[in-house]
Order: sequence, then C-alpha cells, then structure tokens
Amino acid sequence: MADLSINLAGIKSPNPFWVASAPPSNTAYQCHRAFEAGWGGVVWKTIGDPIVNVSSRYSSHDLAGQRMVGFNNIELISDRSPETNFREIAECKKRWPHHAIIASLMTDTRENWHDMMKRSADAGADGVELNFGCPHGMCERGMGSAVGQNPDVIETIVGWVMEAAEIPVIVKLTPNITDITRPARAAKKAGADAISMINTINSITQVNLDTMCPEPYVAGKSTHGGYCGPAVKPIALNMVQSCASDPQVGLPISGIGGIGNWRDAAEFIALGSTSVQVCTAIMHYGFRIVEDMIDGLSDFLDSKGMASVNELRGKAVKSVDKWETLNLNYKRVADINYDKCIGCNLCYIACEDGAHQAIDLIKPDGKGLGPGRLPGKLIPQINVDHCVGCNLCSLVCPVDHCISMVDIETGKAPMSWKDYQDKLAKGEMERIPAHP
Amino acid sequence: MTLKPRITAEAAGKSMAEIEPKYSPQEAKVEADRCLYCFDAPCIMACPTGIDIPGFIKKIATNNLTGSARVILESNILGASCARVCPTSVLCEGACVLLDRDEKPIKIGRLQRYATDHVFDNRIDVFKQKTRPNGRKVALIGGGPASLACAAELARLGYQAVIFEKKPEAGGLNTYGIAYYKLTPEVSLAEVNLVKSLGVEIRTGVEVGKDIAMEKLLADFDAVFVGIGLGRTLRLDIPGEDKQGVVEALEFIEWIHTKPLHQVPVGERVAVIGCGNTAIDAVTQAKRLGAKEAVIVYRRGEDDMPAYEYEYEIAKKDGCSFMFHTAPVEVLGGDQVTGLKLVKTRNNAQGKAEVVPGSEFEEPFDMVIKALGQQKQVSVLKKLAPQLELDKAGCVACNPATGQTNVDKLFVGGDARNGGREVVNAVSEGKKAARGIHVWLGGQAVEGPVQASRLGCKDGVTGSGYLHPKRVPELEAEYHAMLNEVRHG
Repeated sequence: MADLSINLAGIKSPNPFWVASAPPSNTAYQCHRAFEAGWGGVVWKTIGDPIVNVSSRYSSHDLAGQRMVGFNNIELISDRSPETNFREIAECKKRWPHHAIIASLMTDTRENWHDMMKRSADAGADGVELNFGCPHGMCERGMGSAVGQNPDVIETIVGWVMEAAEIPVIVKLTPNITDITRPARAAKKAGADAISMINTINSITQVNLDTMCPEPYVAGKSTHGGYCGPAVKPIALNMVQSCASDPQVGLPISGIGGIGNWRDAAEFIALGSTSVQVCTAIMHYGFRIVEDMIDGLSDFLDSKGMASVNELRGKAVKSVDKWETLNLNYKRVADINYDKCIGCNLCYIACEDGAHQAIDLIKPDGKGLGPGRLPGKLIPQINVDHCVGCNLCSLVCPVDHCISMVDIETGKAPMSWKDYQDKLAKGEMERIPAHP
Repeated sequence: MTLKPRITAEAAGKSMAEIEPKYSPQEAKVEADRCLYCFDAPCIMACPTGIDIPGFIKKIATNNLTGSARVILESNILGASCARVCPTSVLCEGACVLLDRDEKPIKIGRLQRYATDHVFDNRIDVFKQKTRPNGRKVALIGGGPASLACAAELARLGYQAVIFEKKPEAGGLNTYGIAYYKLTPEVSLAEVNLVKSLGVEIRTGVEVGKDIAMEKLLADFDAVFVGIGLGRTLRLDIPGEDKQGVVEALEFIEWIHTKPLHQVPVGERVAVIGCGNTAIDAVTQAKRLGAKEAVIVYRRGEDDMPAYEYEYEIAKKDGCSFMFHTAPVEVLGGDQVTGLKLVKTRNNAQGKAEVVPGSEFEEPFDMVIKALGQQKQVSVLKKLAPQLELDKAGCVACNPATGQTNVDKLFVGGDARNGGREVVNAVSEGKKAARGIHVWLGGQAVEGPVQASRLGCKDGVTGSGYLHPKRVPELEAEYHAMLNEVRHG
C-alpha cells in the first residue's frame, strides 16, 4: 500500500486530503468528525473579527438531474469569536497530534495580523492560511479578494505576517484575476511558505423568473456569491498548473476546486499540488467521502508502481506547454466501432452543425448490431479525409469506447508553430494552404 | 345466476384505476433527462404519426410543457389517448437506442401523457394560430380516431370539416371500447373537444345512409372521408349463441364506459372466447368488476395468441385463467347461459387448429363474452357507395399515401381501410387522407413529419460536398415493414 503521507512546507499530514476552510470546518465537533472519517487535515473556517451573516446563504447550479454541479455561497468568515476558535483548535490539536490543523485567518492592520499569528501558534496550529480570496462581503471591507486581486497589497500584508510567523504560512489565492501567477509571485516575494488555490469564483447561479431575483434570496435581494463545486475543477486545474510550472513562483501548492473523489485529487496532485482541499463534496455527502478517496488513490498509486503519493506530484506539469510548441503535423481521426454503436446519430449532428461536416450518414448495409437493428436507418460514417481530429464526436457519443480517436501516420517530421514561423522566415517552406 | 353488478363503487374505483398513473414532476424530469436526444431518432421512425419524440421530451426536461404538448399534438391530435393505449413496446419504445446500451428504453408513452395532461388539465390552447377558412367543405363519416385526426388536419389547413357520428358521443372506440384502466372516456372526450376547438363540427346521433343520404353528402361537400371502422363482433356460429348472458366484448366494454362502474353487470364465472387484445380487455375488466373466475378460451396455444405480450401479462397478474387449445361447440342452458360444451384442439402439421376426437367436455359459465374480432362492414360500405372497391379481406382499397379510393371525392382511413389496427394507425391514416384531400382539391402538398432539427437542412449536396440525409420514404416503408414482421411474424 502506497504511502499517502505528505509534508507541505513543514506541515505534516497522514494523507493529502484536507477539509477546506468553509462551513464543514467551522467547529471542533466537525473537526473531530472529519478526522474520525479519515481526513488528513482541516483548514479551520476563517477566523477574524466575528461577522454577522444573512439568511439564506447558498444556491446551486443543477444539470440534467445532477444536483450541485456548481455551488455558490454568500456566507462570510466565522461568526464565532477568535477566542472560541483558537480554544477549539487547541482542543482538537491535543486529541489529534499527528493530523494537520491550519488556522485560516483574515484581518486588517499590521498589529492585528501579528496578534492573529501569535494566537495561532499558541493554539498549536500546524500552520496558517491567509484568506485573500473571499469574493463576497469581506472584499467590500478591503479584505479577502480585495487583497488577492492586488499583488502589491499581497506583498505588503504577507510581509507583515512573516514578521510574526513561527509556523508555516500558506497564502490562499482568488481566481478572480487575469493571471494567477502574479499574486502567486507576490506571495513568494514576500516570503510565504506555500500557496493554495482556488478560492471561489464570482457568480450568480440562477434567477428566479417569477420574483426576478437571483438565489440565494435575502428579503427581495441577492448578491454576487462565490462559485465552487465540480463545475470549477477545470478552472482550478488550469491555475494550479500555471503556478506549478512558473519558476518565479516555486512554492508548494495546496489544490482546491471541485475535488470530490480520488481521481480529481490525483489530477490536482499530478499538476503540482501537495495537498488537496475539499468543501462542496463534503457539504453534499458528508465527511464519509474521504474513505473512497484514500483507498482509491492508494490503489491507483500501487497500480502505477508508485510507493508514495509524492512520486505522483507534478508528473503532468511538464506535458502542458504553450500552444506554439504543439506539433502541427500530428493527425488523429475518429473511428466508429459499429459493434458498440447504438444508432443515436449524435456524432453526426454534432459534426454537421457544430464542427467540420466530416461524418456522412450512409445506408447501414451489414454494419453491427445497433445500427443494423433498424433496417434502413442511416448510420454515421467518418469521412477520414475531412476529419480534423477535433474529438467532438467522441465527446458526444453516449457509449464508452464506441468512437475512439486513432493516430494517423502523416509521414511528416514534427513541426510546431514556432518551427513553422522559423522555416517561413528562412524561406525553407511555402505557407500551408488555408483550409477550404 | 344472472348477470348483475358485483362490486361497490369504492372497490370498482380501486380495481379499475389506471394501471399507469401520471408521472410526478420529479419522475417526469428524471425520465426526460435520460433521453439522449438522438438525431433522426429511431423512435420517430417507429411512430406511425411521426411525432418528434426527442423534441417533446427535451421540452419536458426544460419544463416547457406547453411547447412539449404542442409538438405532440401537431403530429398526433389524439396524442393523449395514444400515450395511454399505444403498444409502445413494439413501436417507439421498441426502437429506443438505449435498448442497445442494455438499458430500459425511455418511457415515451408516459412522458407523452405527462405533457398532454398538462395542457388538457390546465385548459391551455396549444393551437393559438387559427387558419383562415379556404371555403371548402369536407364531410367525415364516423367520429372515431381516423375521422377526428382527418378533420383536425383539414381544419388546420382551412377546411370546414363536418363529422357525422351515429352514437351520442364521438371518439369511437377511444370513447366506448378500450379497457377503462388504460383510457377513460373523459380523456377521449377532452380530445373530441380539442378537435371541435379547431372549428370542426361534429353532428352526433346522425347515421349516414339513414338520417342523411350519402348522395347529399357527395353533393354538398367537396370531399367525403369514410372512417366508419369495423362492425359487430364475429359470430361463434354454434348452437345456443343467442342465449341471455352471451355478449359481445365491445358491448360489454361499452357498458363499462356508459354506466357507473359499480352498476356494470357481470357474471360469476365468465368465459371470454378469443385471445386478441380486446379479449384481454374483456377478461381483465370482468375480473376487476367482481367475477370470481374469468377465463380465456382459445383454440390455439400460448405462442399463437394475437394479444401483445404485455397485455397477456396484465391478464395473468389480474388472476385471469387461460384454457388454451380449447374451442366452444355449444352454449348450454335454457334462456340463460349455464355453461359451454368445449372440445380440446391441437395444431396439425399445417399449423392449423384441429379438434381432438372424443375430447368433449362441459364447463359451467354464467357469462360468455365473444371476442373473435370485428366484422368488416362490407354491406354498409356497398350501400354507401356501390362502386367502392374493396380488397379480398373486405377492406377499402385506396392509395396508401393519400387514402383516395376509386370513387370520386371519396377518401378512407382507419379500421375500415386497414382491417383493424391501433389508434395511432388510424390517426396516421386520417392525417394522410386530409393531406391527400388537400392536394386533390388543388392545395399545396404538405410535407410529412420533419424533425425540428432537420428544418433548414439543404437537399442534396451541400457546400462541403456531403450528401444530406433527407427523409427517404422508401427507407421508412422498409423500416415499417420490418416492424410489422417483428410484430406479426
């Protein structure tokens, strides 16, 4: 069984699965339950000046029967006092000495940051996470994402924090920016030990068309909320990889955003995360989901012959490169397995209306069970000469392994856009003719 | 023992309740979300009326129920009753691609019912745009599904359509002759009202040839549609057939549709002769209305029965019993039936049923229901139009695409044309005849059902050099022939 234990900038954890700073990490009671279920770490719900919340607070983006594909909240940081929070952290740490407890913090002045850092260390927290990401409410008061959106301010505040830091400092970044590496570099420059991302994305999930008011509804009004859940995973992966591959960042990463199972976690780790944080999936199904994450990841590592999760970390970072480095002479085309085709013709209409008109509908003469079952029903056929290998048909096909993308030997040497531009400049080749 | 009501109103309400109740909104959403939204879906090809099934299901998924019902009713004006009585497992649902993914097909019938119920229950008019009258008039003989569909289509093309129905209510077998637990007369009458709302006039209690002369119709109208269906149940032709307690299946089912359920007379031991779908409707309802025993008597075997598999399942579940390879030779009793003299039969080398010599036996029954199928109305048709050409089976011969007969002005559709098929076939033929009449009277040809996503598709070769798959009528005919084979062969 592979070793799942990790060490993120000095914060040790029996596995990479952490409860993110959010409603599931609000109290000692929840922290105990999380550790009992198997979580390796808990990032405490952000501690600061106690706030006052509104009712209601959450809304959801549902899709074709699947609830909470996306999730949005307008809840603020902890509404409990710092005294209560730090006391409970100390209690939890006493009972779970080998698990990671990270105090998430948000405050304003240099003195207040120094005070919070000292109290975190005194409570026995293994580290702190600076909440520079909250995109609603707190940002209106100059905190949260208001900090995270300004690299200069990040540098200043992280500087203050580091003056008083006795334990590792993680800076949590907001995705509501143009280039995630800028705030990450600022955190590095100011001496932070690690970064975590992504916090939630500005959002309105839905409008009630009777009241003409979006959800969550608060006495006739709503506000911009923070979006998370499975739907944000691709955005988060992109930002994690961007930071992991940037030599000017060079910090350990705690990945966050749409993680709900071991496979999601493995992808975040492969793109450079050391630990991963989970919230929405817990809010949907409870702490018990970690059980599958632990043995799923462990079995996966075993199957790949990796002794430790650390061997997986960053494995896929290098395969992401600039577009201009991709091989223009590589070709793949779609291939339909007629033994599996059920005759829905979704590939046909997707290609016809949405792509490159490279699928014909032909008479089924003798082709497999699905299409052949209905005599006369036209079936799809890839026109290999016109297929650009875009993947669309294989993506819409509702049958696993029915449409596969197969490599075509072009007989041409690899050539990137960069190579192409060089060759053109040197007069070594003609321009590639435009697509008809 | 005589026929008498045998069940309380409350118990009848329960035992005759619909076997497939309406979906809840959540159930409908879950089922609609399962639909793959196939392009050129096989379910559409399998539907005789060509409803854009994925189109209407998608609209249920988005909670656009009025739009969904409009898609259905534009193709099939009797979409609400077809949703309940169609043999979906051999039509649309039998063609669902999910079967090839080893999954249950989409419950198309139940979703269709969900959408159409929405507009009927909430009195929503889905055909807001009324067509301007074109001044032409068409008479329709008979008020069953074929005529209703034909009249609705004609009205939407601008014709003044007048239906002549001899019964007190229109709707034909939908109103009087389908198992109550599948389709109540209320649903059928709501559909009749929908047809009326399109401007169709329905004169009930009027029998053509008796109350009004055929010559007058031919003189007063630009075209006449014959949708008279079939006649009475075939006779057993055995001694004692006219004793009290011997009834025709459709007569029995009509009682159920015209009397309060707890006042429908039924025997204590009921024999139903025949094993088609109407026989099943009769035997199950006899059982549900309080018969102690309800028995199908069929001269051939289980594998030979013409009833659909799922109908057979209903009967078995209801506790009906089956006497296969058995045929009646005499109805016993005085004035009143007391039993049947029966013989055992077997299939001979040619596959025909033959009597097993010396196998006679008697069984007590106080009610015998005849369900051997309906007679063709040869004499009625000959009286209406002496030159009308009939085929060997006694069905009206016509151009299958238009329903046009050999007699000037005369078109046909429904059971009188096809010898007795489903409601959905009658609707399809009624619709085709309406379009045939329209073209015959100089109107522009109406395109057959086209899936919404097909609109705008260019004919033939497009800019990219590919051949677009337009609907090919021969291919569809081939497909329907295949379905027929599956069903009957």
